Amino acid sequence: MSSPRTVLLKVFRYGPDDAAPRYDQFRVPAGPRTTVLDALLAIRRRQDPSLTVRHSCLHGSCGTCGMRVNGREVLACVTRLDGLGDPVVVEPLAGAAVAGDLVVDMEHVYRRLEPVGRPLVRASERAGKNDTKADPGPLLEDLERFEDCIECGLCLSACPVAGDPRFLGPAALAAAERVLEEPRGTDGRAVLGLVDDAHGAWRCHLAFECSAVCPAGVDPGGAIMRLRRRVLADRLPRLVGRYHQEVPS
Amino acid sequence: MDAPHVIVVGGGGTGGALAHDLVLRGLRVTLVERGELTSGTTGRHHGLLHSGARYAVNDPESAVECIAENRILRRIAPGSFEENGGLFVALTDEDMDYRHSFLAGCAACGIPTQELNAAEALAVEPGLTPALKAAVWVPDATMDAMRLPLRFFATAQRNGAQLRPFTEVTGLLTAGRAVTGVTLRDNLTGAEAELAADLVVNATGPWCERLAAMAGATVPVQPSPGVLLALVGRLCNLVVNRLHRAGDGDIVVPQRRLSIVGTSAWTVEDPDDLDVPDEHVQAMYREGAKLVPAVASAAERAAWSAARPLIGAIGGAGGGGGRELSRTFKCFDHAVTDGVEGFVTITGGKATTLRAMAEATADLVCAKLGVDAPCRTHEVVLAPHTAYFTGRAA
Repeated sequence: MSSPRTVLLKVFRYGPDDAAPRYDQFRVPAGPRTTVLDALLAIRRRQDPSLTVRHSCLHGSCGTCGMRVNGREVLACVTRLDGLGDPVVVEPLAGAAVAGDLVVDMEHVYRRLEPVGRPLVRASERAGKNDTKADPGPLLEDLERFEDCIECGLCLSACPVAGDPRFLGPAALAAAERVLEEPRGTDGRAVLGLVDDAHGAWRCHLAFECSAVCPAGVDPGGAIMRLRRRVLADRLPRLVGRYHQEVPS
Repeated sequence: MDAPHVIVVGGGGTGGALAHDLVLRGLRVTLVERGELTSGTTGRHHGLLHSGARYAVNDPESAVECIAENRILRRIAPGSFEENGGLFVALTDEDMDYRHSFLAGCAACGIPTQELNAAEALAVEPGLTPALKAAVWVPDATMDAMRLPLRFFATAQRNGAQLRPFTEVTGLLTAGRAVTGVTLRDNLTGAEAELAADLVVNATGPWCERLAAMAGATVPVQPSPGVLLALVGRLCNLVVNRLHRAGDGDIVVPQRRLSIVGTSAWTVEDPDDLDVPDEHVQAMYREGAKLVPAVASAAERAAWSAARPLIGAIGGAGGGGGRELSRTFKCFDHAVTDGVEGFVTITGGKATTLRAMAEATADLVCAKLGVDAPCRTHEVVLAPHTAYFTGRAA
């Protein structure tokens, strides 16, 4: 029972000079802690050094190792082989240009995020409840922390609409919702203009695949619903105001 | 007349900051990295922007570097840090005794501190153990281990540096004992090529001995991995350190909705082959929970290892797992150390000191190439990290 288990990985392979992609098979040892990324790096080290994969932090905070495992978008570094069955199919994210094997060009994520201009940091949670009467004083003023989104692109890969490059997409819409919620000096009107567009918040088909695959708890689908309410709340007084001007009582 | 061409090998924070520094000084720069940028040691650290306090007693040289760079990075990379601060927490009478040398060390290194009694510390950070005796606030912060270096890469790219991830050095071009370029393999296409340079910089961190060996040079670096543990939940808002001599599992760094507990230390020969010993993971849980009790019951998000490049005598001083080695950096001119011209190694150091490491290296590179241009990286505000990706096609 405790002898080292192995798992067969069927890995998507493609190079810029290849006529068509193919799937290569590798058998890898799988311990209880072994992640998909561990397995891919072990393949690189011991079986095929030409396999290319993006990675950086190894703990789900950089968003670099997004890929599809058995058809589902995941971060390979926090996805353990245990429970994935045998074989395990590993493919690059969908809707992005494949630079090689599992490496995709992340430009399509950042091209959408940049116009929204969401800062990387947000106001942090205040200290929680406590029983002391001591005054924390200036040490707790303006606490900041990073936004939750790690820009991994899993939501764009999973979204049934984001294949259209004109669609702003779940990550950028969720970022827009954060900007409107906490502007931090950014131009809310410009962001609202991006959102209130046929390729903005209204393009979403409510599949909520984005929220299902998000590894950082951002819930882009929920953010898009809140954006729609915000856009309507912004529009309604203007529409009503125009009505009152055109139809004098 | 073309400006001299420098090849930087290694796409970690040091290589990124160096590419940025060298293009600002007017040199032509190509940076090559065998994988994605920050895929080696850089991306894997706990995300601490050091105040230097951790080293104030035993390694004041590193402490002074850290506080100087802490101030500079906040200026040139605004918006890249969780502005949360850090606490050094005393749990025992021994820790309380250590507090005196800690405060004196911080004062000597110019690191601001504020002493807090137990009630004050709990008001600032309710995640702390109620059993603490006292705490000291210092200007630690949380950084994004990938996105801060990406700002250096983005700015270097904007200023004309050629950045080539997924490009591996397979050998060095030489003339006699001088290095004159590199042979490369594009890991995406498999294509091989040669690239000539006036100088090659080895910025490969714990891999630097391997590249130096290709040049017939040596670097006294010991790859020293440590285990880190990421837990689900923001268990504290400030960086929490144990107020004692640096040891295992004595720091908890909040980051987004995770908390990172670090770290352990041992030494290895091959920085590509790091395991994650289960007893180290358990030690992170055990020691981290002494500081922040919620650590004990938090779910594991990930446990991983990262190899530090520690400078020490080769083959010496292994017993302490590298804790006794300084965390400062060193720049080696291999013309001086090994009689190899055209080849420089930068190694050691911390993520916090990436810019200073680049400055020292660029100073040496410029001196060797006869380029008279001052360093400007302490005053140039960096481009946003997103510009690295959106600026690739241009």
